[in-house]
Amino acid sequence: MKTCLIVDDSKVIRKVARHILETLEFSVEEAGDGKEALEHCEQRMPDVVLLDWNMPVMSGMEFLKLLRQRGHSDQPKVVFCTTENDMAHIRAALEAGADEYVMKPFDRDTLHIKLQLVGVA
Amino acid sequence: MEISDSSSRILAGLLEARTGQQLTLNRRWRLETALSALLRERGIASIDELITILVMGKEPNLAGRVVEALLNNETYFFRDRAPFDLLARAALPKLQERRASSRRLKIWSAGCSTGQEVYSLAMMFAEEPVKWAGWTIDILGTDVSEAVVERARTGVYTQFEVQRGLGIAQMIKWFEETPDGWRAVEALRKSVRFQVHNLLEMPPHPGEFDIVLCRNVLLYLNQATREKAFDRLAAAMAPDGWFMLGAGETVIGQTRKLVADKDARGLYVLASSDQADRRVA
Repeated sequence: MKTCLIVDDSKVIRKVARHILETLEFSVEEAGDGKEALEHCEQRMPDVVLLDWNMPVMSGMEFLKLLRQRGHSDQPKVVFCTTENDMAHIRAALEAGADEYVMKPFDRDTLHIKLQLVGVA
Repeated sequence: MEISDSSSRILAGLLEARTGQQLTLNRRWRLETALSALLRERGIASIDELITILVMGKEPNLAGRVVEALLNNETYFFRDRAPFDLLARAALPKLQERRASSRRLKIWSAGCSTGQEVYSLAMMFAEEPVKWAGWTIDILGTDVSEAVVERARTGVYTQFEVQRGLGIAQMIKWFEETPDGWRAVEALRKSVRFQVHNLLEMPPHPGEFDIVLCRNVLLYLNQATREKAFDRLAAAMAPDGWFMLGAGETVIGQTRKLVADKDARGLYVLASSDQADRRVA
């Protein structure tokens, strides 16, 4: 079973994403901000991270840059999942090392296809 | 909202008369959702009231709008992915050899809805510019609904639609942000064309299509109508062309005009007798 770390400060979004991911047979973990997510990754690297952009303490972008800098061999796939839906944000995310990008709102099919495209579903 | 049996029968009859499509059980269940926007727009309180207006013939354009609303336009980019890989792997290399002298390919997406399949095909070719340099690739999308064809022509998709099926790199390469949504870039829009067409009518110009796709459309037709549609689709194919259905659809027991391509599971070719007839003709 593949593991997915959901990083989002909204409990509601985490709940919805968890539900979808569990129907896609992922084992799901949660973090409320980038710092918590980084700590989680230090302990156990997930296969994929579903990452919000704007969060308190540490943003999704800061988390992604630090994660990629650490150069672990078992780097997870990172799928941004955010309301930042313009070209500038998308390009910045890809340049920082994101593998895919989901613009909220999304549905199960959209997320499923994105996870297939990065090779974890 | 309760929908009476007679109302649902009238709607089913209207849909079938205009498009050949059946109002299957699961679509009957969705009637209220499908028609809610139209009812709101026209200030009509219920489906039964809508039927009364339709039957009295007070608003001649209303029947067309009802049919548009009842059609299932569900689609997304590179739907099911595998069919596109199959075309790229099994059909296109052969067509590139067979059409080397004319350097022209004709592809028809029948029942294209809002055009995502057509633009997906266009992206496949556009992503291999060297391979297809000097070729004319005619990609035609048709649908019975004027409203979806008009939308397909604009090439503009909502944020929700544009990311359904497209990887982000592909999306930002082939779509641009506009105030109305995400629009296919000009190069992509110029490489496709759309027209209103009913599957039960004569095939669209120019015919002799190298690839005909009709995915998740024929399942809405009754057996007799479906057979007629298969005849029309087969008649539109080049003698050595390919035909593709949606996942879970088959030609078995539906038509004698088409048979499975034994070298490429998921693709269909004209039955040998039909192929011979077409060559003589």
